Amino acid sequence: MSVVTDIVEKHPNRRAGKVCLALSVFTLCAVFGLVGAAKADSGPATPGEDGKYTDASGDPTYNIDKDGKTDWYTYSGFRRYHSECHVCHGPDGMGSSYAPPLKDSLKRLSYTDFLAVVAQGRKNLENGQEKVMPELGLNKNVMCYIDDIYIYLKARSDDAVARGRPPDHEAKPKAWQDAQDSCMGAPS
Amino acid sequence: MRRLYTSFLSVSLLALNTAAFANESVQKGSQDPKQWVMQAGNYANTRYSTLDQITKNNVAKIVPAWSFSTGVLRGHEGAPLVIGDVMYVHTPFPNNVYALDLNNDGKILWKYEPKQDPNVVPVMCCDTVNRGLAYADGKIFLHQADTTVVALNAQTGKVEWSVANGDPKRGETNTATVLPVKDKVIVGISGGEFGVQCHVTAYDIKTGARVWRAFSEGPDDQIMVNPEKTTSLGKPVGKDSSLKTWQGDQWKTGGGCTWGWYSYDPDLNLFYYGSGNPSTWNPKQRPGDNKWSMTLWARNPDTGEAKWVYQMTPHDEWDFDGINEVPLVDQKIDGKDRKLLVHFDRNGFGYTLDRVTGELLVAEKFDPAVNWATKVDMDKSSPTYGRPLVVAKYSTEHNGEDVNSQGICPAALGSKDQQPAAYSPKTGLFYVPTNHVCMDYEPFRVSYTPGQPYVGATLTMFPAPGGTNMGNFIAWDATKGKIVWSDSEQFSVWSGALATAGDVVFYGTLEGYLKAVDAKTGKELYKYKTPSGIIGNVMTYQHKGRQYVAVLSGVGGWAGIGLAAGLADPHAGLGAVGGYAALSNYTALGGTLTVFALPE
Ligand code: HEC
Repeated sequence: MSVVTDIVEKHPNRRAGKVCLALSVFTLCAVFGLVGAAKADSGPATPGEDGKYTDASGDPTYNIDKDGKTDWYTYSGFRRYHSECHVCHGPDGMGSSYAPPLKDSLKRLSYTDFLAVVAQGRKNLENGQEKVMPELGLNKNVMCYIDDIYIYLKARSDDAVARGRPPDHEAKPKAWQDAQDSCMGAPS
Repeated sequence: MRRLYTSFLSVSLLALNTAAFANESVQKGSQDPKQWVMQAGNYANTRYSTLDQITKNNVAKIVPAWSFSTGVLRGHEGAPLVIGDVMYVHTPFPNNVYALDLNNDGKILWKYEPKQDPNVVPVMCCDTVNRGLAYADGKIFLHQADTTVVALNAQTGKVEWSVANGDPKRGETNTATVLPVKDKVIVGISGGEFGVQCHVTAYDIKTGARVWRAFSEGPDDQIMVNPEKTTSLGKPVGKDSSLKTWQGDQWKTGGGCTWGWYSYDPDLNLFYYGSGNPSTWNPKQRPGDNKWSMTLWARNPDTGEAKWVYQMTPHDEWDFDGINEVPLVDQKIDGKDRKLLVHFDRNGFGYTLDRVTGELLVAEKFDPAVNWATKVDMDKSSPTYGRPLVVAKYSTEHNGEDVNSQGICPAALGSKDQQPAAYSPKTGLFYVPTNHVCMDYEPFRVSYTPGQPYVGATLTMFPAPGGTNMGNFIAWDATKGKIVWSDSEQFSVWSGALATAGDVVFYGTLEGYLKAVDAKTGKELYKYKTPSGIIGNVMTYQHKGRQYVAVLSGVGGWAGIGLAAGLADPHAGLGAVGGYAALSNYTALGGTLTVFALPE
């Protein structure tokens, strides 16, 4: 495995680009920071042309308008988090008796730290703990949506979205749909 | 249930070890109330003990007599066994086993520590629980997380044989106990969230050699049904009964896992279990009834062949994983003695069937909150006979992908999960630990990768409308399908119950209380707060003339995940935070066995 991890390790300051995992059966493209050369002006979220927002350092981030309406990625991340991560990390990133609250972790972890842990996994087997963060770098259901999950958790971490389902969201951008289809394979 | 009343006090441990038939050691042992030789207490899975030193009149006086730390932090399900003067205690992953000498204050006689690849841990969907050991013919059987089935010499702890039942790299894991029957050990498998084609398998009790394997879905030979002889609701299932209900070869990743409890009727020579949810949780991706997931099975343990099947939730749309226990009781229905099988399904219906024929007799909601179906069609002439009548509003298939279906009761963890019910032949009632939790459920597309989660739905859970309690402990009349009494609990009741001839029923709570209630009225008679939340099952035994009641505490499992941070109410509007009690405010991790008795 670990094309993703290699890239994360070799290019820790990568701003934008597309990472493709060539596997025997399919090609997995995780879309990292697709927005590309976003202007690093002030303010937390800069809109890209495809409904995705970036922060001052060019990392993906959320956008929430005054009525609580979120960008599509935050909403999509909410769904994917609750399908792929919540069985260990608890509802809404709140933590469980088994795994840490990612809501708090993201106060500490950078975007690249986050990608690295998710792709490579981590083990903590000391002192009667039996904690294993699985290696998810080859899991399309995670990696095709890893920015979405990051963006959602970032919003949770900043208390920008409440627990539960975001009440309203922007429409699904075409770029997102295209990226999903190329990453997951076209709908059957 | 006459058998339960007869005591075989003269059976010695020596006699058990030299029994001529493998199942005799289990059957005779389970008829001796001083011992607890299998997780469910007996083959019928009634979790009833004829011990009556502790009664409803004196249970208020019981005190902890001794306790034992398991040294493991994760969720502790299952219960210890007592064979003769030895207690056998298991732990969650890494699945250590202790033999404790009851004649010597629980001194450790031997300890077994399996070496398992920690990579199995993240493949287990919902904590690294294990529902306990089994015993037969002088051997202790452990089914490890990594699906290794091990037979240990009960006296020395030495491995007599071991066999790999599955491959964790493909998402195949285990949390269940095993069922020793005659000369075989029958075992199930987990992996419904990983697209495993699940099965039951029989191994030779002496050698561990595989005898037969029967899948939950697939071609007739793989699922071991006889198209002409195996029946469903009284009719032969016919050719390709499973294949016809799946698109293409989706059955190969179809789930239908078998991680629940197994019961056995020696007279009929049939064993009973339920198969779980079809994979994925996105119903749109797998059209058809998905047979025989979500099914009650009656199989012959010698040949593996199915005598009858009954699918409770065709084409599951909610993860109502049908694996709960299948206790066997003999009761009267409409004045006639019937051999019954009772099953409290995740889907919220309490089923009573004729266990000889598989005829459906009763199907009623055991939690009034259940709303996804109006009822089960009981009209034999109807084309939908035996099927739940699904309410469109709560149908995630009907509402479709990327749509959030709201307010479905029960939630995916069911009106009841695996935590087993008990039955008292004295009251004729079942005592059922239940969940009172609802959900929003949104299915979406997922792709299958071997060994990776294959879930495809997002869900949010919250207490059922009209209250804040997330659980009830109920008494149920299975001949009528009626709740007789109901005790409300703040959290889901995630502990298995025990009923005794002292007219007491015991269960544990997620806050950590061991509770005793009056079998007739449900009145609380006693409670004691153990070191951690209880998801284990209560058992009882007698040693040197004294009756003991024992339970493992150690919070975790699904409950530790879903409830640790507290549930939020998604319908409370913007900004509602942590609307309901957080379990983490009541209890912390840690495995301990606590043993209670009346003061000397
Ligand atoms: C099978 C359980 C499991 C699943 C599923 C899981 N995790 Fe984890 N994760 C863990 C455990 C356990 C740890 C803590 C490991 C440790 O203690 O070192 C962890 C740690 C992490 C960390 C590091 C946290 C920190 O504070 O340093 C991140 C980030 C993370 N997980 C993200 C995710 C994401 C995103 C998903 C879903 C795509 C996910 N995890 C799914 C079990 C899981």
